[in-house]
Amino acid sequence: MAMSVWLPVGILLSSLIPGVLIFFQPEERHRLRTWLNLLGAVIKLLLVGMLIWGVFHEQVFETRWTMAPGLEFVLHADALSVLFVSLSTLLWLVTTIYAVGYLEQTPHRSRFFGFFSLCVTATVGLALAGNLFTFVVFYELLTLATYPLIAHKGSPEALRGARIYLRYTLFGGLLLMIGAVWLHTLTGGVEFVEGGILQYANLDQSTLRWIFLLLIVGLGVKAALVPLHGWLPQAMVAPAPVSALLHAVAVVKAGAFGIVRVIYDVYGVEFAAELGVLTLLGAVAAITIIYGSLKALSQDHLKKRLAYSTVSQVSYIVLGTAIVGPLATIGGLVHLVHQGVMKITLFFAAGNYAEALGIHRVSEMDGVGRRMPGTTLAFTIGALGMIGIPPVAGFISKWYLGLGAVEAGAAAWVLPVLIASSLLNAAYFLPILYRAWFKSQSTPWPADKTAGCTRELPDALLWPPLTTAAMALLIGLLAAAPYSPLEWAELIAGREYRQ
Amino acid sequence: MNNLLIWPVAVPLLSALLALLWPRRSTWIGVLGTALSLLAVVLVSRQVIESGAIELALGGWSPGLGIALRADGLSVLMLLMSTLVSMAVAVYASVYFSRSERRSEFWVLWLLLITALHALFLSGDLFNLYVTLELLGLSAVVLACLGGSRESLQAALNYLVLGLLGSMAFLIGVALIYAGYGTLDMAALAVAIESGPTAWLALSLMTGGLLIKSALFPLHFWLPPAHSNAPAPVSAVLSALVVKAALYLILRLWLALFDEVVTQTAALILGLLGGIAVLWGSWAALQAERLKLMAAYSTVAQVGYLFLFLPLLAALPEGTTRDVALGALVLLALTHGFAKSAFFLAAGVIMQRAGHDRIAELGGTARALPVTAFTLALAGVALIGLPPSGSFLAKWQLLSSVFITGQWIWLPVIAIGTLLAGAYTFRLLGYAFAPGEGVGPSLSVGREEIPAVLLALVATLVLGFWASAVWELVPISAYAGGEG
Repeated sequence: MAMSVWLPVGILLSSLIPGVLIFFQPEERHRLRTWLNLLGAVIKLLLVGMLIWGVFHEQVFETRWTMAPGLEFVLHADALSVLFVSLSTLLWLVTTIYAVGYLEQTPHRSRFFGFFSLCVTATVGLALAGNLFTFVVFYELLTLATYPLIAHKGSPEALRGARIYLRYTLFGGLLLMIGAVWLHTLTGGVEFVEGGILQYANLDQSTLRWIFLLLIVGLGVKAALVPLHGWLPQAMVAPAPVSALLHAVAVVKAGAFGIVRVIYDVYGVEFAAELGVLTLLGAVAAITIIYGSLKALSQDHLKKRLAYSTVSQVSYIVLGTAIVGPLATIGGLVHLVHQGVMKITLFFAAGNYAEALGIHRVSEMDGVGRRMPGTTLAFTIGALGMIGIPPVAGFISKWYLGLGAVEAGAAAWVLPVLIASSLLNAAYFLPILYRAWFKSQSTPWPADKTAGCTRELPDALLWPPLTTAAMALLIGLLAAAPYSPLEWAELIAGREYRQ
Repeated sequence: MNNLLIWPVAVPLLSALLALLWPRRSTWIGVLGTALSLLAVVLVSRQVIESGAIELALGGWSPGLGIALRADGLSVLMLLMSTLVSMAVAVYASVYFSRSERRSEFWVLWLLLITALHALFLSGDLFNLYVTLELLGLSAVVLACLGGSRESLQAALNYLVLGLLGSMAFLIGVALIYAGYGTLDMAALAVAIESGPTAWLALSLMTGGLLIKSALFPLHFWLPPAHSNAPAPVSAVLSALVVKAALYLILRLWLALFDEVVTQTAALILGLLGGIAVLWGSWAALQAERLKLMAAYSTVAQVGYLFLFLPLLAALPEGTTRDVALGALVLLALTHGFAKSAFFLAAGVIMQRAGHDRIAELGGTARALPVTAFTLALAGVALIGLPPSGSFLAKWQLLSSVFITGQWIWLPVIAIGTLLAGAYTFRLLGYAFAPGEGVGPSLSVGREEIPAVLLALVATLVLGFWASAVWELVPISAYAGGEG
């Protein structure tokens, strides 16, 4: 009994408490700070392990706290929360190790790691939010926790990027809140229930459409749906570990996850389709997928290219959600995990190139594979996955999305989008791989900081991308194994379509 | 047991006398007197929470002739806020004024101000309210002059004249009521007052007077200079508490006494003025070049939000939904009280360290004064209305009332106000967290930084997670026609 109440709170506290403690540590307490971080991350991992086991066996984990009349703070773990919680927890651990290595000897590390932990707390809170009110709370908290991370370097560009980020997200948060309050006054409370609640509520349909629009635009800002994506390429001025986390789990995923929640667990996917709102959403997702890929094609700046690639890839999740049918659902949900693991690998690698050789641009990458084989191997696996080449995880996502489109009779427009986007993915990733492996170095490295070292990079920078690359490979190869992301997405889809 | 009610007034009054007689020990007396007043308020609050509204007829005269003190849910909440804020400000002021020659004057006036505030929140009849309002206004004006600069004197003079004008209008309203109904006891009046020309005129005069004191647009113009030129601890209580006292009275008058007189149109007019105040105040705060001026304009905007509730309250039927909205109004006022006092204290710390409060030159604040920069961020979160602050919950309920009543006009006001608040807060934080030498080298955390951060934490965490208490207390009313 007590366990079922305390476990969700414990999962939040395992990053909140280290985060708050870290703020008070003087800069030079490097070792203590690292231990606090890792201890929190490992405890969270253990707690999440318990949660996975429990939710799989249909145990109920729930915490409730009344904040105001009719407004309850609810943490509730269902299969969908578990998917997102596990992803965040695992990638947080890896990113923490990477960040410790990356930020060595830079100023303001206590502040950085403090906000870093708060950011993960907010993400996990989003995953565990049991109703729309709680979701809004964590959605806004995430904005507050990530702003200082983007501004971290304190340079004029960093401040500018952070300011743009803030403008978009405060605006999005406001719309989300207005939509949530409106829905709240109509229903008296919006709990997330598998299969949705609104189809039974007998409300005015055009009102529900307006609310849907408010909610999706509010969430679409963080999910970087075109034309609300403008902040994402600007936010890449953040330090590499932040970009990695931002693109893989924290911000863009929060938006995508919210869209999934609203469609499956508030409106109900079939009811949403009945309202006719999914067609529009599917179209926006398709446009975003193509537009992001096209823009990525023309970027020479590596992190910018990756950022536009995120714009495109995250919309696969939205696309899977907008198509009615269990297979498309599986494709969208599993991509929530797959995109995270692959994209974090790519950003780790990009950070390593900048850190070791000062490489920021694709045109500077000629022959880098020979100098940094480990990093480039990881980058290659991630990039191949993004294109959708088996057996890397990205293939599974695209396969299920395609099957889902056929199942739902939407093949006529979804398949061309998938094919075009895969071709474009190949067009902006393969040249990088070609340059890195097959061309020889044409110009000196912009800033060779590892000259004369026997090893490519310190362990803390090299192993995180290799680990996540291996993960991307394994969750693709072992997709049919128990507890794999695919199996879990199937479990969720089964529960969503049970009615 | 009801004798308890005298202590929140008597303790600060006696302390003020002591401080007057013993100026060399005034700091000690001031802090201790504030602490004991806090204790008295806590005892009264416990009594009200346990057994409902309480009443005391001073000197044994029955209400209507003597001085009646009453405490109900609303008064207890206001008392708790004002006593907690004044405790924190007193600790800060003990450092701020430690080397000032005007130390003893400050503490005497400070204790008088607390006396007046507490008496105002506890008064059960209109004449007492007038007296406490006057005492509050006068002590506030003199405190505002303590800065001694030319601007602060000029601002305080305006403040004085307008304050007197407001009190005059209030007093005439009180006289009209006495002429019409033969009593000034509020419990009796709550039953007696009916719609009619006398009641209308009285209500208009009293409300008009209070609008000046609460600085509702377009009567706000005295506030920014007065609040921004006063010494930091004084600015904190002026913005957080003194303005709220006038608002508290408007609530009492409108909801308990004149509930049958108030029309939807009147409420709508005040709501519209509130809406303009939100937009204008936030815009002016965004343009402000000085930190304290920005905070003062932000107060103008926040007062506007509180008035937005009036047309909504007037439109909602009596019952749960209205109580929820009223609770939200009170919660917003409380959160603003804590957040704004924290903000002004933090501004004071910066001003003393840097010698100025020009926002564009605040680079390096976060490095030199991390706790204070953190305070500004926390208070800013509460001013914007982001979670987990109390104002987030209040804003949620405010929006909810907008949807329930269908008064859509407030929706863009709230939305734009929120975005503007975000803009001015993060503009400040952008400068404060930027690198620079504007504030001087880093030092250890000083005693003067702690009270502000505690106040900000109350606004952003305590009032967010434990706000249900507000909704439990507000319906406990001492007045028959009242809020319950």
